[in-house]
Amino acid sequence: MTFDSWILALHVLSAFAYVAGMVLFWVLVVAVRRTDTPAGTIRMEPVVKIGNAAVGIGAGGTIVLGVWLAFSVGGYDIWDGWIVAAIVLWVISAAIGRRTGVAYTQGMNRAQELQRAGQTGPSSELLALNRTSRGVVLHSLATAVVLLILIDMIWKPGA
Amino acid sequence: MSVLAAVRPDSWNFPLFLHVLGAMILVGGLVTGASTLFFARGDARLLRLGYWSLLAVSLPGWVLMRIGAGWIYFKEGWDDLPSGVDDPTWLSIGTIIADAGGLILVVSLIAGGVGVYRLREGKGSALLRVTLVLSLLLLAAYLVAAWAMAGKLD
Repeated sequence: MTFDSWILALHVLSAFAYVAGMVLFWVLVVAVRRTDTPAGTIRMEPVVKIGNAAVGIGAGGTIVLGVWLAFSVGGYDIWDGWIVAAIVLWVISAAIGRRTGVAYTQGMNRAQELQRAGQTGPSSELLALNRTSRGVVLHSLATAVVLLILIDMIWKPGA
Repeated sequence: MSVLAAVRPDSWNFPLFLHVLGAMILVGGLVTGASTLFFARGDARLLRLGYWSLLAVSLPGWVLMRIGAGWIYFKEGWDDLPSGVDDPTWLSIGTIIADAGGLILVVSLIAGGVGVYRLREGKGSALLRVTLVLSLLLLAAYLVAAWAMAGKLD
């Protein structure tokens, strides 16, 4: 394997981590819709951290190694339309992802407040926060954008 | 360099897309299932969530990945190699891990299914720990396969 082959393999593995994080958050989005207790919500926090790590490593790895490949591999240039499109889509997905995180953190924060206040029973307010429709819409959009990046990477329009 | 930058025929793109998307969903399900089972610490709800992540996400992902793999295998003409010419190493690694991994995934799902049933009966979660170990093993194996196939290991 050449050095660039290694970088390409790590770029693809980063993409796997990014999508794995998105999938993990989809499972949590569904699971948390039935969660109305502080303990039940807080119990998901370590899994959320795994998802955050996967998305963080994946997003960072794809952009850094992808830009490296655009400069290093003959036949591709950073200003190629499909590469510019991928970078723009990456920025959009990162921005949407950050907002999705904010939407779902409200439920986690409220669960911690309720637990600190000794309210351990079911809470309709917590359930409403966990069922955030804004969060679902944002995560759907982020998923669609990541899917578009994958399509762009495979079809390479204009290459 | 030229191999890295090679542009494949358009007709290969959709099967490759299915293959890669399926593999990503498979790995996503494994990460979700393994981390949920790991952090469940006996919590029945999280144990069930971990198992269902494997069943409802990883298994369909594996099916999609394998259909895409078979399709692209024929599209690229690997079934039509001259006698005495073997598949390249990256392809052999990918094929072996995909197929053996599918078998291990089914075993882990059977163990997990019995484990979820036993959990309902209040009999402990030992079998779900087996599912956790197998899903971690699968995750490592599929990452090796993705690395070998993406880097086109010689």
